[in-house]
Amino acid sequence: MNAHTSRRALATTAAAAAAVLALSACSAGSSSGGSDAPSDAVVIGLTGEPVNLDFTTTSGAAIPQVVMNNVYEGLVTIDQEGELQPQLAESWAVSEDGTVYDFALHDGVTFSDGEDFTAADAVFSIERVQSDAWLNGTKSKMDVVESVEAVSDTELRVTLSRPSNAWLFDMGTYVGAMFSETGVDDLATKPIGTGPYTVESFVSGDRITLAGRDDYWGEEPDITDVTLRYFADAVASTNALRSGDVDMVYNMQAPDLMGQFESDEAFQVIEGTSNGEILLSMNNTVAPFDDVRVRQAVMYAIDRRAVIDAAWAGYGTEIGAMVAPTDPYYEDLTDLYPYDPEKARELLAEAGAENISITFDVPTRPYATAVSEIVVSQLAEVGIDASIQSSEFPAVWLDKVFTQADYQMSVILAVEARDVLATFNNPDYYIGYDNSKIADQVIAADSGTPEEYVSGMKEVVRTITEDAASDVLFLFPNLVVAKAELGGIAANAVTESLVLSGLTWTD
Amino acid sequence: MARRLLSSLGQFLATLLVATALIFVMLRVMPGDPAVVALGINATPEALAQWRAEYGTDQSLAVQYLQWMGGLVRGDFGMSYVTSQDLSPLIADRVQVTLILVGLSMVVALLVAVPLGVLAAVRHRHPSGVALAGISQVGVAVPNFLVGVLLVAVFAVHLGWFPSGGWVAPADDPVQFLRRLVLPVIALGSVQAAIITRYVRSAVLEIMREDFLRTARAKGLTKGAALVRHGLRNAGVPVVTIVGVQLAAMLIGSVVIERVFVIPGLGSLLVDSVGNRDLLAVQAIVAVLVLLVIVINLLVDLAYTVLDPRLRKAA
Repeated sequence: MNAHTSRRALATTAAAAAAVLALSACSAGSSSGGSDAPSDAVVIGLTGEPVNLDFTTTSGAAIPQVVMNNVYEGLVTIDQEGELQPQLAESWAVSEDGTVYDFALHDGVTFSDGEDFTAADAVFSIERVQSDAWLNGTKSKMDVVESVEAVSDTELRVTLSRPSNAWLFDMGTYVGAMFSETGVDDLATKPIGTGPYTVESFVSGDRITLAGRDDYWGEEPDITDVTLRYFADAVASTNALRSGDVDMVYNMQAPDLMGQFESDEAFQVIEGTSNGEILLSMNNTVAPFDDVRVRQAVMYAIDRRAVIDAAWAGYGTEIGAMVAPTDPYYEDLTDLYPYDPEKARELLAEAGAENISITFDVPTRPYATAVSEIVVSQLAEVGIDASIQSSEFPAVWLDKVFTQADYQMSVILAVEARDVLATFNNPDYYIGYDNSKIADQVIAADSGTPEEYVSGMKEVVRTITEDAASDVLFLFPNLVVAKAELGGIAANAVTESLVLSGLTWTD
Repeated sequence: MARRLLSSLGQFLATLLVATALIFVMLRVMPGDPAVVALGINATPEALAQWRAEYGTDQSLAVQYLQWMGGLVRGDFGMSYVTSQDLSPLIADRVQVTLILVGLSMVVALLVAVPLGVLAAVRHRHPSGVALAGISQVGVAVPNFLVGVLLVAVFAVHLGWFPSGGWVAPADDPVQFLRRLVLPVIALGSVQAAIITRYVRSAVLEIMREDFLRTARAKGLTKGAALVRHGLRNAGVPVVTIVGVQLAAMLIGSVVIERVFVIPGLGSLLVDSVGNRDLLAVQAIVAVLVLLVIVINLLVDLAYTVLDPRLRKAA
């Protein structure tokens, strides 16, 4: 038995060793990935996987990131500069009093299930947002719509209860997505829209693949085979880029890793803008932040440039208020509270709040932990002793800080487009800002002419900032690293959507 | 034997019952409302109420528990809070991935550990044996995620021999399937190999001091032949024990390797589900893990009786 057994064992081991060698040899011979992939395919690395594809019942930016402008389209869309552009509507006219919108829709548009897109589908889609079928809280953006009517197959009339400058912009986000009347049975896995792509497969925990449509009404994209791969860890995504498994990493969450790509000619590094503000929130309804002087002291105590440099490797833009530079009513308010620890100490003394201790709820997100350390040390300089308490994100943070407002100070990346009013024009919101000064101004601005809208909103934002309702630390950069040959990257995240149809391989 | 089987089955059911009750209660105590996580920051109170009614989280805990147990008995894990899909096919998919990863890693670990452990024991006074013992000691101390990170840095990023991660189903593309498994299997298997090597070494060392081995040598067998013929089988019992324990640990611990190598296994689903407060999914995964651990223990018990006839009599 013994000699025989050992010979067999030896043979098995040798075979296994040979197999491993052969495997590594064949892989060593083959090239390591995407560079000689077909020119109509691209693999994109993303963070934050959507749990399903139905944004009508599930919140979060991950779903519209994939499906908006790619699978679904709206009557209008927001371009890379933040400007409104026609999409399924060729043109539109607004009545003199600003309440009636007449849209002329494109003819010959079909959904991916073969059905024609007509004004009846638009009526269905808008009314659906107002119905119980929509659970996502953004449905309130459609509250201003009084009635909607299909005048003909290509003519749509929407009547608002009052003039609104914000409504048409919102129609360019996922609230304005156009659904097929017969295509809403399985939104979670089989979205049906008029866009250039369809969802080919969705492997949870791994990837989503999109395929270009042959019967798309507009210009067909160059790249028809898109794979979105999801990484829980930023290092894993850059490893995949380096080893050729992915062609682009979008919205990179580890800025320290950018340096290695900036010095490498095989890659391009793009710092796009976004709608995401890093908001250092202060609970306006509880001590010590119910005193405006204490909040102002925090504004003076924090050196925002130093925060950007220390926490996010210098990527990010100082904006001074909760308005992205791509928004029409943006104004540079960074001078309102320059870094001035002396002034901060004076204000604290005036408020009788010297040497105070506070709790700082930090959600478990890379940006939040990165920002929290430097903020704590800068607050300590002026005599505020902030102790960090980690809050699991999203579950615990949403429950404790957001829902119950049981906190003093927190920090969050607010990603929604044009969210300054949602954040501050509601005293029941977790910030607890007393909006009595701005409430009327907001309605006047939204109902006014476009010029009145811009100047009115600037006024509102200035008031909020002077009251130091919260400290906007910086505008979050949309960091993109891609192979140098990949062109047409929509690096500005002006809405949640990542527009894929412009991508192309150069040379 | 029948009584032994029956009592095992009884233990099995009792363990499962206690484990499911525990996990059910612990998840309900955890802060975070699944409805708020699903619907997000702008959800209205009406929408939240509607969501809770749809998924039954507004019912009393006792009712929820009984409903869940009722489903489990029928083999139905229920519907995910976040995807609204049936959990059973999803979990079946993920279990396969984790079992393949853990199973292959254990096979590789054993292929390395058994010969090395025996060698280290036989040559325990020889420098090569001492060196082997030392290396395995270091191996035990290194966490497997660190091995994973280093392997990716060297073989995927620097040399480009293997992909840095990801998963391809064996049916889709067998070659890619194997190539993507090489690094994670080495990462998970190498640490296990070090642990098992140490157990094999000390088990064999112990056996070598036994009287029956001296008798075998006295009969004229060489040291090696005596060990193979009479020693290894006896050394098998402690080794099987540690393999059972480590398999159970790997099933749960593979979550780290799954993260490093972006593998959609049961562990990464568990972490995501806890984050999303997809309570039914967490309960189902934990139930499956408990089941697997119990099955492993049963197999270890069976292996004892195969290896050691005395245990058969005792039963």
